[in-house]
Amino acid sequence: MTDTELRVSKIENGTVIDHVPGGEALTVLAILGIDGSGGEVVSIGMNVPSDRLGKKDIVKIEGRELSQAEVDVLSLIAPEATINIVRAFEVIEKHHVTRPETVRGVLSCPNANCITTENEPVESRFDVLDAGVRCVYCETIIDGSIASHIHST
Amino acid sequence: MRYDHLISAKQLSREDIESVLDRAAEVAADPGAFADTHAGTLLGLLFFEPSTRTRMSFDAAMKRLGGDTIDMGSVDSSSVKKGESLADTVRVIEGYADALVLRHPSEGAAKLASEFVDVPVVNAGDGAGQHPTQTLLDLYTIRENAGLDGLRIGIVGDLKYGRTVHSLAHALTNFDAEQHFISPESLRLPRGIRYDLQSSGTTVREHTEIEDALEDLDVLYVTRIQRERFPDENEYRQVAGEYRIDSALLESAAPELTVMHPLPRVDEIAPEIDETARAAYFEQAHNGIPVRMALLDEIL
Repeated sequence: MTDTELRVSKIENGTVIDHVPGGEALTVLAILGIDGSGGEVVSIGMNVPSDRLGKKDIVKIEGRELSQAEVDVLSLIAPEATINIVRAFEVIEKHHVTRPETVRGVLSCPNANCITTENEPVESRFDVLDAGVRCVYCETIIDGSIASHIHST
Repeated sequence: MRYDHLISAKQLSREDIESVLDRAAEVAADPGAFADTHAGTLLGLLFFEPSTRTRMSFDAAMKRLGGDTIDMGSVDSSSVKKGESLADTVRVIEGYADALVLRHPSEGAAKLASEFVDVPVVNAGDGAGQHPTQTLLDLYTIRENAGLDGLRIGIVGDLKYGRTVHSLAHALTNFDAEQHFISPESLRLPRGIRYDLQSSGTTVREHTEIEDALEDLDVLYVTRIQRERFPDENEYRQVAGEYRIDSALLESAAPELTVMHPLPRVDEIAPEIDETARAAYFEQAHNGIPVRMALLDEIL
């Protein structure tokens, strides 16, 4: 049993998101829309020593298998993240996040004059660029940290 | 034309632009040949912001094609005042008209509207975003006065909030045009426009003084510093009146320099320029009729 596993216990069924940059675990949960209100058991390890990242975060979500589409948006803040799908304590799928072409509903446009900030029946939509994302409505580019533009924060 | 909606100048290819401009030239040469070609067609005008030229020229263009217009009127006299969303408004009015012309104070409004209706939506200005039909008449005017390939153009004024600037800069990437952008530091091109120009291989030449670029220009495209777009009045005051085009300034310009302006102007161009051969801004405004007739003829 490794030091990491001692700190964050194993789960029976669900999803483990590993290799998240240190300190970004709460942002990962915000992007996934997980705030505890859904009743999921969620375990978080923050700033765990990592050979690859120096420090990394780990997020374990019990009883929920996240789809590739759900986790791909995490590539915007955690491009090195790996997704482990666990059943009966065994990792039955392991894959990396890939950059999606478009991100829907996750981010709020920082342009206060964008039509998506008004009372209109649309969810936000951003095209993913090589560096950053771009609102498909007003074309504002977010090229710094996207964490402060996540809907639920 | 390869599109149903006209939302942004970014969607216009060189072929699209030349098709509209060629048709506009035909209209200008013989307007009578196009009269009644769209009899029975109704164009919906939805202007959520003030407009003189764009609104009236779309109205005139549709009527000169034999069609008619229905106008939402002012925001204060419509259901928008009751809190109706733009999405609902356009879904209602698409049932009354064959195409919609939309001006709105928010960026992305025309894009949103186009997602809720089946009839063509023409963006007549969305906040500080785009104004593609102004660009078509700008290009028509430039083609008539200076030509589009080999063009050296200086775009002056409010480059940050100026939607006519954004659309023109995008459209000119289809041509062999050297673009100079002249503005105060605080009103430089937005990040998104700069990104698009650089992605298209266009060199973004930026200046703060007109004199730094003036000598080599074929066209000087002057824009108003738009008080209504500034979130902060102090920010506006710091740059208001920054540029003024007058005879003394233009002494160092090429003799054939053409001065354009999308209008309305405040004090950016001295009245003494109006009667010179350089002034093309009233001709530019008049070109709104044949160009919008040509555009409507293509999309309807």
